[in-house]
Amino acid sequence: MIRNFCIIAHIDHGKSTLADRMLQLTGVLDERSARAQYLDRMDIERERGITIKSQAVRMPWTVSSGESAGSQHVLNMIDTPGHVDFTYEVSRSLEACEAAVLLVDAAQGIEAQTLANLYLALGADLQIVPVLNKIDLPSAQPDKYAAELAHIIGCEESDVLRVSAKTGVGVQDLLDEIVRQTPPPVGDANAPPRALIFDSVYDTYRGVVTYVRVVDGKLSHRDRIKMMSTGATHEMLEVGVISPEQTKAEDLGVGEVGYLITGVKEVRQSRVGDTVTSQHNGATQPLGGYQHPNPMVFAGLYPIDGDDYPTLRDALDKLQLNDAALVYEPETSGALGFGFRIGFLGLLHMEIVRERLEREFNLELISTAPNVVYDVTMEDGTRLEVTNPSEYPAGRIAEVHEPVVRATILSPGDYIGAIMELCQRKRGQLDGMDYLSVDRVELRYTMPLAEIVFDFFDQLKSRTKGYASLDYEPTGQQVSELVKVDILLQGETVDAFSAIVHRDDAYSYGVALAGKLKELIPRQQFEVPIQAAVGSRVIARETIRAIRKDVLAKCYGGDITRKRKLLEKQKEGKKRMKMVGRVEVPQEAFIAALSSDSGPGDKSKR
Amino acid sequence: MPSTLPEAGAAPVDGSLPETALAEVGQRPFGLYVHVPFCSVRCGYCDFNTYTASELVGTAARASYVDAVLAEIRLARRALGPHELKVQTVFLGGGTPTLLQPEELGRILTSVDHEFGLADGAEVTTESNPDSVDAAALAELREVGFNRVSFGMQSAVPHVLRVLDRTHDPLRVPLVVEWARKAGFEQVSLDLIYGTPGESAHDWQASLDAALACQPDHVSAYALIVEEGTALARQIRRREVAMTDDDDQADKYLVADAMLEQAGLSWYEVSNWARDQAARCRHNELYWTGGHWWGIGPGAHSHVGGVRWWNLKHPTAYIGRLAQQASPARAREMLDEETRRVERVLLETRLRDGLAVDVLDEAGRGRLPQLAEQGLIQQDPPAGGQVVLSTRGRLLADAVVRDLLP
Repeated sequence: MIRNFCIIAHIDHGKSTLADRMLQLTGVLDERSARAQYLDRMDIERERGITIKSQAVRMPWTVSSGESAGSQHVLNMIDTPGHVDFTYEVSRSLEACEAAVLLVDAAQGIEAQTLANLYLALGADLQIVPVLNKIDLPSAQPDKYAAELAHIIGCEESDVLRVSAKTGVGVQDLLDEIVRQTPPPVGDANAPPRALIFDSVYDTYRGVVTYVRVVDGKLSHRDRIKMMSTGATHEMLEVGVISPEQTKAEDLGVGEVGYLITGVKEVRQSRVGDTVTSQHNGATQPLGGYQHPNPMVFAGLYPIDGDDYPTLRDALDKLQLNDAALVYEPETSGALGFGFRIGFLGLLHMEIVRERLEREFNLELISTAPNVVYDVTMEDGTRLEVTNPSEYPAGRIAEVHEPVVRATILSPGDYIGAIMELCQRKRGQLDGMDYLSVDRVELRYTMPLAEIVFDFFDQLKSRTKGYASLDYEPTGQQVSELVKVDILLQGETVDAFSAIVHRDDAYSYGVALAGKLKELIPRQQFEVPIQAAVGSRVIARETIRAIRKDVLAKCYGGDITRKRKLLEKQKEGKKRMKMVGRVEVPQEAFIAALSSDSGPGDKSKR
Repeated sequence: MPSTLPEAGAAPVDGSLPETALAEVGQRPFGLYVHVPFCSVRCGYCDFNTYTASELVGTAARASYVDAVLAEIRLARRALGPHELKVQTVFLGGGTPTLLQPEELGRILTSVDHEFGLADGAEVTTESNPDSVDAAALAELREVGFNRVSFGMQSAVPHVLRVLDRTHDPLRVPLVVEWARKAGFEQVSLDLIYGTPGESAHDWQASLDAALACQPDHVSAYALIVEEGTALARQIRRREVAMTDDDDQADKYLVADAMLEQAGLSWYEVSNWARDQAARCRHNELYWTGGHWWGIGPGAHSHVGGVRWWNLKHPTAYIGRLAQQASPARAREMLDEETRRVERVLLETRLRDGLAVDVLDEAGRGRLPQLAEQGLIQQDPPAGGQVVLSTRGRLLADAVVRDLLP
C-alpha cells in the first residue's frame, strides 16, 4: 500500500510548510519537535527559503474519508530541489515517484521554474495533483489561479485542491487525495534488485548517505552492492527509512524509498541518477536516464588574503565531498594571485558554493565574472575548450561555439514588449509565446547562456517590476561571432578583467568597463591610462589623472592621536590594494568591476 | 579642537601621571593650551568642540567656565610635580577666546604665571575673530599679557565668507591688524581657508593679496575639509553646495606658497608660513616636535612624556568634574616606543626643518632614493641628515609618510 509522491513548487510557495504540516498530521513529527521547515537541513537553505538537497520521508496514513476510508498506507514524500541549476536532480527525484503535488501560491500563480518542473513531471508520466496553497491570505485569488492551473494541466477547475499549509485547512483531504490518485508502485519483486539513487548526501559522522527508490527486487543490509555506472562495489553497512530520522531496516523492497550507507566518503562515488544493484546475481540493465553533471558556468575564485589559498583548497575539497557537480582546478592570475577556476551547474550553484566557502570556512573571496565554456576551432583545425577568457587564443580562429539554452519566461502580459526588447538585445530568438490565462504569458526563447550569465536576470526583474520568472535549460551550442575584450592598465593586460563578448557588444562593453574602472581605481601618483582592446586594437580609453593632493592640510591642534588614527586607517586601506604593475587597485574595484550584478535564477526570497 | 575622540584607556581621577612620563618633565619645552568652547555662531564647516549661547541655555557653563579653567591649571601644577616648570608658550584657542572679556583672559594668564611662572620671552597667543575685538579690547589683551594674536580671517571675499558662515566684514581685517599693532602685539598671524565651494582662483588670490596687504608676521592656510556631521557636509549631500575639489585645492596651495614666499613669508610646516624664525608659532611647534603641553578646557588634548590624554568634551561635564576636585580627563593613551617613532615621522616629515634620517627604520631609509627620484623629497641623501619635502611632496605628504612607515 505504498504511495510515492513529491511536491513541485516555487521556492516561496510554501512547500516546506506543507511538508511540516503533513509530518504532523501523520504523527511522524509532534508539534513540539516540529522545527519549522524540518526537511530543509542546511542553514543557507533555511535562511534563503530554498531547498538544495532533496530528501525523503516515510509517513503512515489512514484514509479518513471516502470509499477507502480506514485503509492504511505508507506515503513516501520525496522532497525535490526547486531550482533551475538542479534540473537533473529534480528529474531523478521525479523518477522516484508516481505522483507530483503541484503546489502553487493562491496569491501569485505559477512561476516559470514550477512550470518547467511540471513539464518534467508530465514528461515522467506522473499523476499531477494540483493544489493552491495560502488560501488564507487576504490577497489570495483561488478562482483565478485554479482556472490557470486547470488550463495548463488540462483538468477541471474543481479538481484543484485548496489548502492552507499554515493553518492546516485542507491538508487532511490532500493526504486522502494523494492516496486516491497516486498509482501504487509496480515492479518485479523476484528480479535482481535495481534501485535509483535520487540523492546522495555527505554526513560527517556516517559518510555518504544515499537515498534510493527500489524499483525491482530487494536490497538487504547483508548485500554487497554495485554502482552500475562505474561498476564499483561497496559493502552495505546499513539500510533504512527516514521517519523522520534514519531508522534501520532489514531490507527495502519494491516501491520502497529509503537510505543506504556503504562507507563511501565522497558523493561522487554514489551519484544521483545511478542504479544500485547487488554485486552477486545483480541486474545487467541499469535504469535509464543517468547523466554525468556537466559544469555550465565557470568563474575564478581567489582569496583576498593570499595566505588563505591553502584554506580555500581544503574548503573546496570538503565541499566536493557533498557536491558531485563541483569541479575545480588551480589557476594563477597576474592580478589576483593564486586561486581556483571552478565549474558550476549554474549561477545559483555558484552563489551557494561561494557563500558556503565564505561562511563555513571564513574566507574572503574575490570572484571573477562568471563565464561559459567556449569551443574554439582554429584555422589549422585544432580545437580547444576555453573555460577562462584570459586563455582565449589570440591566433587565427575559424569558428567559436557557445552554449545556448532554451529560456522560459512567465510574466504578466503588460511586460511583453519590455521582455522582447531585452531578449533581442541579449541575442535571443523567439521560439514561441502562449497565454496561460487572460493576463499571464509564457515566452520561449533560445538564447546564449553567456547572456543569461551576464546580467539577464536582473534586467528581466527590473523591466518587469519583479513579476517575471525565468527558467532555462541547456539545449546545445551555436556558432557565434565572439571576440575577447582585454582591459589594460598602464599598458598591462589585467587578466581578471578579460571577457568574451559578441563582436557587436565589444565596444559598449569596453567603454562601460573602462568607465567603471576609472571611477573605482583611486588616483595614483602618476597618470594611469585604462584601455579596452580587442586584440591589438584599442576600442575605448579612459585616463585616471595623477593625484596632486594627498595631505591633511587642516589644523588638528594638539590632537595628534586623531592624526595617527587617520594614518593607520589610510595604511589599512593600502593593505587591501592589489598591485597591477605599479598601479594600486583596491579589492573593491575588482569586486565591483567584476560583478555583473547578475544573480542566479530567482532572488525573490532574499 | 576636533570633535571626535579616539578610544583609549581610562585616565586617573586625580589627573596624576605615570612615573615614566614625570621623568621626562623638564626635558622638553612646556606649554599650555586653553580651550574656550564658545562661539557666537557655529560655522557650517566647523567640527571643533564649541558651543553657541543657545546650545548652553539653562547651564552655568559660561559663568563658571573661567573658575573651572583656573581649577584645572592648579590640578596641572599638582600633577606635574614639585619641580620648577616655566611655561614657554600659552595658546588660547577655540571656539572664540575673545568672546570672554579681556579681564577674564587676564585672570587665566595671571593664574598660569602664579602656578608655573611664565618664562622670559614666553609666547602668549590668543585666537580672535575680526568681529569679536575692537581697538580697546586689543589694547586690554596686550595689557593683560598677550603678545601674539591670530585672527580668523579665512577669506577676503564676501561670498566665500558666506559659505563658511563667517560673519565678519572683510574690510575689518586690516583694521584689527592695525589696532593690534598699535596695541603693541609683537606677532600678528592670519588664518586663511582655501578651496571653499564657489571660491574661484581669482577669489583666492584676492584673499591672499588682502592678507599680505596687512603685512602679517605669520599665515596659516588650511584646505577646507568637509567633515562628517557638519552643516556643510549636509549642504553638499543635498547638492546645495558643490563638493570641494582636490585638484583645485592643490592649485590654490601652490598659488599661496608662491605668493607668500614672494612676500617674504616662508613655509615652516605644510600649512604654515612665517616671516622669520622668530615669527614661527612656537606653541604649534611643541605639537609637532614632541614637546610637552597641558591642554586646559573641555575637549583639550595634552601630551607629557609619551602620555596623551584628552578632556571631557561638554563644558557642563568638564566644569562638573573640576567642581568635585577631579580630573576632567576622559581617557588617555600611553605611547610605546614604536608609536612615538611613528608619530615623529608623521609630524616631523611635514616640517621644513625635516625629519632626522635616523628616526626611520631600515625599510623607511630604503624608500628615500625613490622618493627623491619621484621629486617628493628635496634630495637623497638628505642634506644635514634631515628628510625635507619638496613643494610637490608637501601636497602628497601623507603618501610620503605612508611610504616611510611600515
